[in-house]
Amino acid sequence: MKEKSIKFGKNLVTTEEFLAAGHSFCTGCGEVLAVRLACKALGRNVIIANATGCIEVCTSPLPVTSWRVPWIHTLFENVAATASGIEAGLKILTKKGRVPERDIKCVAIAGDGGTSDIGIQALSGAFERNHDFLYLCFDNEAYMNTGIQRSSATPYGASTTTAPAGKLSIGQTTWKKNLPEIAVAHNIPYIATACPSYPFDLMNKVKKGGDVKGPAYVHIFSPCPTGWRHASDLAIEIGRLAVETGIFPLYEVENGRYKLNIDRPKLRPMKSMPNSRPRPPVLQLDFF
Amino acid sequence: MSKRVGLEASHAAAEAARMADVDVIAAYPITPQTHIPERLAEMVADGELNAAYIPVDSEHSAMSTCLGAAAVGARTFTATAGPGLEYMHNVLYVASSMRLPVVMTVANRALSAPLSIWGDHSDAMGSRDTGWIQIFCQNSQEAFDMTLCAFRVGEDPGVLLPVMVHFDGFHLTHVTEPVILPEQEEVDRFLPKFHYPFALDPDKPMSLGAFAPPDIYPEAKIAQEMALRKSKTVIIQEFQQFGDIFGRYYQPVELYGMQSAKTLLLTMGSFSETAKIAIDTKKNNGESVGLINLRLWRPFPSKELFQAIKSTEVLVVFDRCISFGGPGGPVSSEVRSTLYNEKEKPKVVNFIGGLGGRDMSVEDFEYVIDRGREIAEKGSDELFETVGIRGEVTGTRG
Repeated sequence: MKEKSIKFGKNLVTTEEFLAAGHSFCTGCGEVLAVRLACKALGRNVIIANATGCIEVCTSPLPVTSWRVPWIHTLFENVAATASGIEAGLKILTKKGRVPERDIKCVAIAGDGGTSDIGIQALSGAFERNHDFLYLCFDNEAYMNTGIQRSSATPYGASTTTAPAGKLSIGQTTWKKNLPEIAVAHNIPYIATACPSYPFDLMNKVKKGGDVKGPAYVHIFSPCPTGWRHASDLAIEIGRLAVETGIFPLYEVENGRYKLNIDRPKLRPMKSMPNSRPRPPVLQLDFF
Repeated sequence: MSKRVGLEASHAAAEAARMADVDVIAAYPITPQTHIPERLAEMVADGELNAAYIPVDSEHSAMSTCLGAAAVGARTFTATAGPGLEYMHNVLYVASSMRLPVVMTVANRALSAPLSIWGDHSDAMGSRDTGWIQIFCQNSQEAFDMTLCAFRVGEDPGVLLPVMVHFDGFHLTHVTEPVILPEQEEVDRFLPKFHYPFALDPDKPMSLGAFAPPDIYPEAKIAQEMALRKSKTVIIQEFQQFGDIFGRYYQPVELYGMQSAKTLLLTMGSFSETAKIAIDTKKNNGESVGLINLRLWRPFPSKELFQAIKSTEVLVVFDRCISFGGPGGPVSSEVRSTLYNEKEKPKVVNFIGGLGGRDMSVEDFEYVIDRGREIAEKGSDELFETVGIRGEVTGTRG
């Protein structure tokens, strides 16, 4: 992976939209912005497999679809396995001369629950079998589509509908599962974290992950106004604060080598984070 | 020239998948299915089969991988058994609802607990409402033949449905029998290349597997149901076509013995062959008996079944599965339901046996026929009786 694959910047992004307007995401959603940017980075020659979740539900209510690229949804827990079949199927059909030789990128997309909880077995299997595919995890830190239930990606101290803060509880009492590190443990060639508040960084990483031969994993921090109870004009700001405070560092792991992409000499203090991510006011951030 | 070789049903099914030139195999090992993926993996490793063999992490991933492969237009095969079939249960509905014609061998196995690796039909019956075509085999030859037919039927542009080919764990999977293998040219004549009309392709972007609000969902499901029902015509037509090429003719419902027999026994799978010996013995004793081998389980061949049994006096239905708390075994329930509105119909008697690999002998089937006739004559409060099971068993209507 050379610098050549880094190509996005001002005026260098296609004006073409692969995710059509008119979807039903919430106002100010950070996730759909990230999906839109990822699609621009990937271009037309992709097949997208989507796990059940906000993205699937908000883009595909029959009889309409937002997708201008081939797209498939089967279930919640199996997107990495479905993507495995797409990748292996295309490869053998090309080898047998039944599909013309062409570079079609197979991309799996899912939320944090679909990745770190119910889908982790299928994901681990697909990594281990070395399928040539890109997995994008859009992490809004809880099961937002079903109504803000806790997942293993929910941060410590957050209040969700199934781990609510109360007289006897601070809310989530477990620490966020570190999915990028689990991906690193599979020795796959490319892992990155990204956030739509840094659009060119996100697009470069998605492009790189798509270009790499073998499995690639990009974990995308996706602010959720509905679940985090923040104002709908704050997604970009909160994403930036998460990175600048070190809550969600942006980094890449290429063939085992780590690189911090946004490296501030001094992290911003946690108390600069607004009272967001499903977290009770009582906790504030000085709790940390 | 076709050749006659000794093969266990597992290897016969693998051979059929090879001759069908499958593109993708995704499978997870489970007894007693293992010989099927093992043989296919060997074929791929030796270059006898040009396919992607994907050793997935579970049965759930096996079927999910098959969905992805079928959605790009690959001919896709997998195999499983008992608990493995249950583990992929959720995905089975998606395969049929998305009209992805995956072919799967099910080496029928009992379900836990207690754990049993041996055969019965609990797994097949648990899948009866998943929208798959389900075909049962009696022997290794049929394991080969039905696997080829499964590809032909499932991939028919008017069908596009996944197909399960059932054969009994151990009783067939691990038993070597003579099998006639055809020439590749004959197989190619029967089975054209797979062309999936809705393949995922960047040049023709389509959204597959979208979600349906209540104003669309019911129509989608009824359309699926109609497609499965209509597939029976194609199945019958392709069985005929298969017979014309290979010389072996099959039917959804097969009668052994006299059409006018006063007592008919109905069985499925490998036990049908054992039951045939019991029928022969009884016929030699001058009794008016015959056997119905129910080959096609889904779509349920109501019309054909009624034609075959309408003039008999007693129909003894043998189930290898308990429908817990239900009105008898699953096969007998459906047979009784088929007959309920008919004016002229036989008395139906139900036996449950052969669970978790418990064998059924020729004598057991003779007993089933005798006892069945007795029950039909005297009447009984029991919905079913068991055979070969120790202890007191009641299946009362109460």
